[in-house]
Amino acid sequence: MIGTVDRGLRQIGHKVVDGVWKLGAIARFAWYILSRSGECARRVQLTLNEIYFSGTLSLIIIIVSGLFVGLVLGLQGYETLKRYGSAEALGTLVALALVRELGPVVSALLFASRAGSAITAKIGIMKSTEQLSAMEMMAVDPFARVLSPIFWGGVISMPLLAAIFSAMGIFGGYLIGVVIIGVDSGAFWSQMQANVDLRDDIWNGVIKSFVFGVAVTLIALFEGYDTPPTAEGVSYAVTRTVVTSALVILALDFVLTSFMFTGV
Amino acid sequence: MSADNLVELRDVEFRYDARPVLTGVGMTIPRGKVVAIMGLSGSGKTTVLRLIGGQVKPNAGTVSVAGQPIHELSHGELYKLRRRMGMLFQFGALFTDYSVFENVAFPLREHTRLPEVMIRDLVLMKLNAVGLRGAAQLKPAELSGGMARRVALARAIALDPMLIMYDEPFTGLDPISTGVIANLIRKLNDALGATSIIVTHDVNESFKIVDHVYFVSAGVIVAEGTPQSLRGSTVPFVHQFVHGETDGPVPFHYPADDYSKDLGLGRTP
Repeated sequence: MIGTVDRGLRQIGHKVVDGVWKLGAIARFAWYILSRSGECARRVQLTLNEIYFSGTLSLIIIIVSGLFVGLVLGLQGYETLKRYGSAEALGTLVALALVRELGPVVSALLFASRAGSAITAKIGIMKSTEQLSAMEMMAVDPFARVLSPIFWGGVISMPLLAAIFSAMGIFGGYLIGVVIIGVDSGAFWSQMQANVDLRDDIWNGVIKSFVFGVAVTLIALFEGYDTPPTAEGVSYAVTRTVVTSALVILALDFVLTSFMFTGV
Repeated sequence: MSADNLVELRDVEFRYDARPVLTGVGMTIPRGKVVAIMGLSGSGKTTVLRLIGGQVKPNAGTVSVAGQPIHELSHGELYKLRRRMGMLFQFGALFTDYSVFENVAFPLREHTRLPEVMIRDLVLMKLNAVGLRGAAQLKPAELSGGMARRVALARAIALDPMLIMYDEPFTGLDPISTGVIANLIRKLNDALGATSIIVTHDVNESFKIVDHVYFVSAGVIVAEGTPQSLRGSTVPFVHQFVHGETDGPVPFHYPADDYSKDLGLGRTP
């Protein structure tokens, strides 16, 4: 009995120590990336390439998903608002739901699945095939040349993708609410304009997506860089990126929402 | 450190965590020579290259390259010194997203401000030296193992290094490619006036081209000398290694419990 408790406590202790160690490793990793970001400023093309890789190549999934989320929001929102005789508020509901929550969160989840997993696989394979070591031996710092541009490419792409997601969602809500169901177009847009605040709603949404961009890209890079140099190692790293990113996005969303929208 | 030696290791100790990898290793690599470091897998050969390249630091002792203690250099100083080194990794480590041309141009673009026309000429010259000028536009995935190794060699010599390091350059190659790579190592070393260190366990090819050989076993240097002297060595490990004998100080079996006990036979008959 005592032995079982002892083993259990030891395992918990190991997990806590491992967790603290990993947090420290990620913090140090983030510091390396930030301290070597000067190269991104000097060679803008490197970051632009990564914006294309992380952002532009994610556009299709973001646009299509945003549209469908907007369509569903339009349908569900209309059905609910109609009961209270407030169908004209559909534009406000769709816009607020998207710019405050669904835009940043869903686009970040999609970003983690599409771009985050690709980043982890790329860095993991570069490491396992010694491409990063080769770069170091050529006196080229992989943090400055590869990791930092990917980081900034992801961080810049994420708010832009969230904005596109929200815009497509609003368009989807408009299609369902105004074009198909017949809600008054003027009411749809004017209520939205009147009730969506630039600072409280849109700006806070942008801050959220920026934070999610930092978290997802950092997790993706770290998992790729930290992966054991085997096929199985890369495979696990990709899975960890998607799972950890999703959990971190949802946890951060709760924390940020608590501060931004409830006055805590 | 003697001016004649480009690389010197003195009393080097190295451990991965608590596991000792190198113990009291001393080595000198004279300028202009091709030197092989040989030994079994896991004997610490590649660690020697990593120490010389500054990728890891010794726990004790000194590693000097061109008179500089490489383990004491700052990040900037280390990278400055590495610009004068070239390294060929075991499987080439080519950048898979880039073409052959872009791979060889990479160090030139990163470290020089040469105009594109000159970079093009230099890259084609390096590729011609390894016989692959015609493959400039291919991607690494389209190359055979031997071709990839040659491209990596062209990339390693792009900046005319003073020291070229080869990590298992013959692994997985057919006999013709092995011979081609071996010849290139010797010819390029002499043409560039460089110094080369080859980590390998290919006795036949390396003995044809190297000036000096170090044998490493279990983290210590057990023998050294010219290929001719080592062919006739009476050191049991060297004799077994050079002649590829199954019987000798290196056992065939990995240490294990009693065989009959493992098979559940109780005791040995």
